[in-house]
Amino acid sequence: MRNSRTLDLGTGSFVLLGFAALFFLTTQTTSRGISLASPPHYDLTAKFDNIGDLKVGAPVSMSGVEMGRVTKIEFDWKEYKAAVTMRIDARYKQIPTDSDASVYTQGLLGGKFIGLTAGGAETYLKDKDQIAFTQSAFVLENLIGQFAANFMKGGGGQSDSGKSKTDAPTAAEPKSTEKSK
Amino acid sequence: MRLIRELGESMTESLAGLGSVVRFLLRLVAASPRAMLRLDLISQQIYNAGALSLVIIMLSGLFVGMVLGLQGFQLLQRFGSEEALGTAATIGLVKELGPVVTALLFAGRAGTALASELGLMRATDQLSAMEMMAVDPIRRVVVPRFLGGVIAMPLLAAIFSVIGIYGAQLVGVQIMGVDAGSFWSQMRAAVGLRDINEGIVKSCIFGVTCSLIAVYEGYYATPTAEGVGRATTRTVVTSAVFILFLDYLITAAFL
Repeated sequence: MRNSRTLDLGTGSFVLLGFAALFFLTTQTTSRGISLASPPHYDLTAKFDNIGDLKVGAPVSMSGVEMGRVTKIEFDWKEYKAAVTMRIDARYKQIPTDSDASVYTQGLLGGKFIGLTAGGAETYLKDKDQIAFTQSAFVLENLIGQFAANFMKGGGGQSDSGKSKTDAPTAAEPKSTEKSK
Repeated sequence: MRLIRELGESMTESLAGLGSVVRFLLRLVAASPRAMLRLDLISQQIYNAGALSLVIIMLSGLFVGMVLGLQGFQLLQRFGSEEALGTAATIGLVKELGPVVTALLFAGRAGTALASELGLMRATDQLSAMEMMAVDPIRRVVVPRFLGGVIAMPLLAAIFSVIGIYGAQLVGVQIMGVDAGSFWSQMRAAVGLRDINEGIVKSCIFGVTCSLIAVYEGYYATPTAEGVGRATTRTVVTSAVFILFLDYLITAAFL
């Protein structure tokens, strides 16, 4: 009797431990915590020209405070833009209607997230509203391309002016070397 | 000519072996609903296969995680991204090392015990005695052991992964000085439910494979001392090969 009881205890605690481990894996190592009853929330949408590598589940924050998550990313064939749906926690329901949404990068090479900047309107965004003002993701390649183009243009001009400046010394140099010889 | 014939012979033999394993599995599955009624038997086998393997699984998990923390740190440091250690260790453990190493250890610890137990039952005519008493040995002896293994294996793999992540955290954060916040937050941002699912699917399939091979080898062992020994050895070898082979297939399927 006692033997079977310790055995049952062992089995039970092993199974419990196993499920605790599974629970830990699903809730602690991933970004989505298990929410049996999803907390009150409302949905907002925004259309971006380019969202970079924004992914479903990316945080939505205002002033660095996380207010929700991206729940859906679709392509809008009418405007040829990326339509992003985000789920905002109902605690944060006073987002002004003229707020703007931008896609930012976490750190230098981190993942993308959506940053909201509060506007000044007295009316607030409601469920299914669209954020009108958006700013696309900052794409590193475009920036480098722009930088390179500027560099070619501006840098070319600079090197021209540099040449005229350095012309004198270079002209002078051979003389000095000749002299030293 | 003889070579070709031998090749064909060995092919037919291995196919027939596979077929008989599958038929045995179907028999087990068919007998499962009735055997489920005897929960005490299954619970005892979960204890045998799972709870008794817990110490070796936890110890191995801790050390595998610690090694992963150390190696990962060394590698990531070259690229100046030590913060990704949490992600690297967790994905490595949950998707790959957790299920595979647990399954290999499980085959060595629980699979051999199952095979030799059933083999000895066969050798000492206990199974025949049960048949004489109109007790179906498959339902009374084999299925509870099989189900116990199938249930225990995913739980063991999950425990292994968690302990391993803790081990990696121990080395990476406490010893090597990776920032604890970025260790966990980068992990949370990068690891998805899909990765966890892959690990669970893998460990379930490995659990079925290991348990099936163990009970099959034990049940059909040659009823001699030598035969039981051979069945035990074959359990480990076959399980290991099948685990690694299936691991590749499942990983490819999940990509």
